[in-house]
Amino acid sequence: MPEAPLLAVRDLDAFYCDIQALFGVSIDVAHGEAVAVIGANGAGKSALLKSIAGALRSRPDAIVFDGATIGGLPAYAVAARGIALVPEGRGLFPSLSVEENLLIGGQLKRPGPWTLQRVFELFPVLAERRKLPSTSLSGGQQQMVAIGRALMSNPKLLLCDEISLGLAPIVVRDIYARLPAIMQNGTSIVLVEQDIVQALKAAQRVYCLQEGRVALTGDAKALTREQIAAAYFGV
Amino acid sequence: MDWINVILQGVLVGGLYAMFAAGLSLIFGVMRLVNIAHGDLIVLAAYVALVTTQTLGIGPLTSLLIVVPAMALIGYLLQWLVLNRTLGDDLLPPLLVTFGLSVIIQNGLLTLFTADSVKLQAGDIEVATLRLTEGIYVGVLPLLQFVVAIAVIAGLQFIFYRTALGRAFRATADNPDVAQLMGLDNRRVFALAMALSLAVVAIAGVFLAVRANFDPSQGPARLIFGFEAVIIGGLGSLWGTLAGGLILGVAQAIGAHLNPGWQILAGHIAFLVVLAVRPQGLFPKVRA
Repeated sequence: MPEAPLLAVRDLDAFYCDIQALFGVSIDVAHGEAVAVIGANGAGKSALLKSIAGALRSRPDAIVFDGATIGGLPAYAVAARGIALVPEGRGLFPSLSVEENLLIGGQLKRPGPWTLQRVFELFPVLAERRKLPSTSLSGGQQQMVAIGRALMSNPKLLLCDEISLGLAPIVVRDIYARLPAIMQNGTSIVLVEQDIVQALKAAQRVYCLQEGRVALTGDAKALTREQIAAAYFGV
Repeated sequence: MDWINVILQGVLVGGLYAMFAAGLSLIFGVMRLVNIAHGDLIVLAAYVALVTTQTLGIGPLTSLLIVVPAMALIGYLLQWLVLNRTLGDDLLPPLLVTFGLSVIIQNGLLTLFTADSVKLQAGDIEVATLRLTEGIYVGVLPLLQFVVAIAVIAGLQFIFYRTALGRAFRATADNPDVAQLMGLDNRRVFALAMALSLAVVAIAGVFLAVRANFDPSQGPARLIFGFEAVIIGGLGSLWGTLAGGLILGVAQAIGAHLNPGWQILAGHIAFLVVLAVRPQGLFPKVRA
């Protein structure tokens, strides 16, 4: 019998006000696995992550995490159970310094390997800028703060929403190069990406969303370009 | 010499105004809530102090040990049970609810304590004075009130910028949705902010009640003084709020010295001048 997945999303519907963004989406994430969720704009990728993180309410049994149904929980309670979201656009707190942004990520005091010290080892550039306002950093450095802030809660599952958005390719490669270091502690990752090449390289499995439904799923290395193009554009 | 005394008195009263303003500014800063009942809560604190001193037979300053936690608890419950339900994208519902609260507090106090004005008796300290130099005297009580006001502002500054609670306040003010992702329950953060605000209100209320007679109808005027001090100082800056309180106090003292009827008017004129010349206030907190 296979091990129960860390995260099981079952037949999830999600709504932005009156507009339905997801229709019966089901995905699994195993312990220590990296899963990529790709799809065009408006396919429902962000809605999926927001639902998992509790920022959008869903049916209680639609999301099972670590053996417990969490679909009906508010975001702060989901965070306490070990799910951290790196939000789209980073969502740093402008009135907090770099270090304070990281500290507030760790305010739940969940036990685990990540400390201020460890985050500064992962992203050394942040240590030099720890006292600066988070808004004074470059886009790539701000993304590092957002990832470090999420890690500070020692999550079992890290959700990354478009971490390559608006960054130069060299910076994107630099950030993706740190993912193995994050996963070596057993943390699972869900990557939502428009940059399909990066996503396929970093992930073991892929889900492709199209208009709020799972159009394709499979092994990241096994899917062909034609299959992805078909699922992406619905042709 | 005369003028030095006038300005000195104004500065000392200004400390009280800064305390009125600090709680108001804190609440607006953290949750964008304009608390119309703020002045009435100051008067409520004064009556809580009155009851405490009379029933326990303790002095007004000692009563702070009871009034401050009591008001903080009222603040927490008020936010948790009532005001949290009004918060959202619309600024109007909290405005209306605190306006209603203001009416309720005023009339509740009127029913319980009548419209007669009362005062807290602090004993000998009320008339004690210090002679600074020839012809310049300061009252011990106003001086104490001023020192407490500075300590309150410094304490709030410390909480906001040096503690985990302050970090939570600032993060929630910046972006309540992302703050939730950090595990912060906004409703709890807001309740703690209101508790802190009413703890400051309690201190202000006790000093108000020792300084002069008070009655249930005095709240709205304290609210105006608080608003004016916040606007003069600039939104979001605690030290600016202190400066705003002092400017308001000095303006009122100068007005009163020129003509006893001009005290309140002079304060309003100082406020309007600042608003006309520098609408963002003197020390606005610049946000990136």
